Amino acid sequence: MREIILIKLGELVLKGLNRKNFEASLVRNIRHRIGRLGNFDIRVAQSTITISPKGEEDLDEVAEKVGKIFGIAAFSRACVAEKNMESILSACGEYLSSDLNRVKTFKVESKRSDKSFPLKSPEISAEVGAYIMENFPHLTVDVHNPDLVVMVEVRDFGAYIHGSSIPGAGGIPVGTGGRAALLISGGIDSPVAAWCMAKRGVELVPVHFASPPYTSERAEQKVVDLLTKVSDYSGRMILRVVPFAHIQEEIMAKCPEELFTIIMRRFMMRISERIAVDNGCEALITGESLGQVASQTMRAIACTEAAVDMPVFRPLIGMDKTEIIAISRKIDTFEISIQPFEDCCTVFTPKHPRTKPNLYFVEQAEQQLDADALIDECVSQVKLIKIGYDHSLA
Amino acid sequence: MEKIYLDNAATTRVCEQAAERTLYVMTQAYGNPSSLHTMGFEAEREMTAARQAVADRLSVNPSEIYFTSGGTEANNIALFGAVKRNGRRGKRIVTTAVEHPSVLRVMEQLEQDGFTVEYLMPDATGHISPEQVEQAITGDTILVSMMLVNNETGVRMPVEAAAEAIRRSKSPAILHVDAVQAFCKVPIKPARVGIDLMTVSSHKIHGPKGAGALYVAGQKGFPSRSFGGGQEREVRPGTEPLPAIAGFGAAVRAMPQPQELKAHFETLRAALREQLSGLSGVVIHSPEDAMPYVFSFSVPGIRAETMLHFLSSKNIFVSSGSACSKAKPSHVLTAMGLAPELVESSLRVSFSRFTTTEEIGALTAALKQGMEQLVKKS
Repeated sequence: MREIILIKLGELVLKGLNRKNFEASLVRNIRHRIGRLGNFDIRVAQSTITISPKGEEDLDEVAEKVGKIFGIAAFSRACVAEKNMESILSACGEYLSSDLNRVKTFKVESKRSDKSFPLKSPEISAEVGAYIMENFPHLTVDVHNPDLVVMVEVRDFGAYIHGSSIPGAGGIPVGTGGRAALLISGGIDSPVAAWCMAKRGVELVPVHFASPPYTSERAEQKVVDLLTKVSDYSGRMILRVVPFAHIQEEIMAKCPEELFTIIMRRFMMRISERIAVDNGCEALITGESLGQVASQTMRAIACTEAAVDMPVFRPLIGMDKTEIIAISRKIDTFEISIQPFEDCCTVFTPKHPRTKPNLYFVEQAEQQLDADALIDECVSQVKLIKIGYDHSLA
Repeated sequence: MEKIYLDNAATTRVCEQAAERTLYVMTQAYGNPSSLHTMGFEAEREMTAARQAVADRLSVNPSEIYFTSGGTEANNIALFGAVKRNGRRGKRIVTTAVEHPSVLRVMEQLEQDGFTVEYLMPDATGHISPEQVEQAITGDTILVSMMLVNNETGVRMPVEAAAEAIRRSKSPAILHVDAVQAFCKVPIKPARVGIDLMTVSSHKIHGPKGAGALYVAGQKGFPSRSFGGGQEREVRPGTEPLPAIAGFGAAVRAMPQPQELKAHFETLRAALREQLSGLSGVVIHSPEDAMPYVFSFSVPGIRAETMLHFLSSKNIFVSSGSACSKAKPSHVLTAMGLAPELVESSLRVSFSRFTTTEEIGALTAALKQGMEQLVKKS
């Protein structure tokens, strides 16, 4: 029995004249994401994308990957039958038998987009329903609240039979929402912020600040691991690792301690903006949540934002920690995030950071530093790491 | 003369990729994965890569894989741990009479500790039926241990039926599957089937000896029997045997997909079957639906050991029964109800991905010669 995956497009179908572009992006993303798993025929027809294995490819992993691709509202695994009632009926009995054995009530819904098929939709449903009742006598029909909906779709290329559909990741296809630089630390928040923006179609250019020898290779590995999880959703990306220790030492030496964090964050924003511009990004993304720590008060955020011209997206700004953690568990980054390695933000934390910094004094303090030279030095030493290109050993 | 090695169910030749990785770890990346410095980090990355390779093959999360020193240790950790976790819920354990000694001997221990163990008996073809499994697993069963592929006959056991029976009987039973003879050769997704614990081993798939792994479903850890520095999240403490583990990972990555292997093994087995059918008196024990890489048969009248040594003198290496229980009559064939003279004369041939049809030809030619030359017991 041949099995395929049927994908129902999400918000995409609302996109009017741009729809073709959106569909093309989605198909490209699907191709990238499942390419490693085998040879597949992927095509779009009648606002549905079908993925058909060309050989004996296993659909379990494909389904798992597809469930994480943005732009998909729902999908189902279906079996393909020939377009005659006999094969449709036997396919229903065979393909759905374990589902049908597990439930008590069902109904049949049919769609006939190939109007040359001799039976009309209600007639198909009636026949399939009767067949199922006969072969699975423990079942009763419930048209309002069935445990299982048996779908029969008679389309151009064949008849598709499937049970309940699986919810997709929603959102819009990555790449259709522009490109943005993501500031990622290794904590719980930034991967979640990345996921949020990828959901809205944004392609990510992650930037991580590393401070060896104050931070270890394991802290950097943690970021790679986090992004690898995120890449299941966002697609592959290239991480920029910025050596940051020298700037931190300079700030430590020349600026007031209580302003350390805020000045450091302003440098991070400036460097990220530079990398963003170089890579065709139009915004920055941070995992800030209002009031979570001293550097994330409204006043502090205003001070860091003033360092750059680009729009800064903060998708977590109104979320509680518990809500953020719930998402991080869902996308499987939580366990990685809580590994205890020093990151660049925790190394030099002042005892009493200013919670309401004044931009004027911050700028005054920064006068002590040769900002442009420091930034140039950093950017020239950026290291690139490919994420999600391949799972094999680097 | 070239060696013709047909005892791959006992152990295998280490493949080049694994040997290279092992050498690299022994001579270059020899840090302790627990060390904080760069060399420790490098070693840890080797562990991570190996863990990922094993996890990928089973379609599970890497955090569900615990490395051990091999199949025996993994089976011991699995069974004693399962009993520790589930022991207060009941006393009933179900297994089969044809398990590996590293399961059967643990069962003897557990019987001494007051557990009741039911041993399912195979039929004359080596099969255990889904119905037998269904009947044996009751609401008060706390542990079921069943191998996926038998090491002497190649018969695949109904582990899916066991998982289904556990669900249906609403028993709290933990399902352990010893997949040492199946890993990388038979497609299996423990999470999908509902297997809680699964044992795999390195040296059966062209990895070095000294490494194995236990899959533990979920990410909650597992009760341990030994205590130490907390490695493998307390399940198997002790400095990791990294050369073996890294070689294990490389071996897993080098293994072709099961479908590909299946075609190769089936060609070999078809050749062997056909050529054996030309030798009068040979009795085949492995049923048609057995996995095609383990093959058991008898040359009645000639003691297995005699034939084995004869073949060995021709540089052809096969096994009598399983290598783990040398010289003892096979408990598997005996449980199948085979006549003692058949058990005594039984040989096992097992293939690897490097085995060729020419080698099968050489084996049967030598067998023929042996049958003509060796003195038969009347």
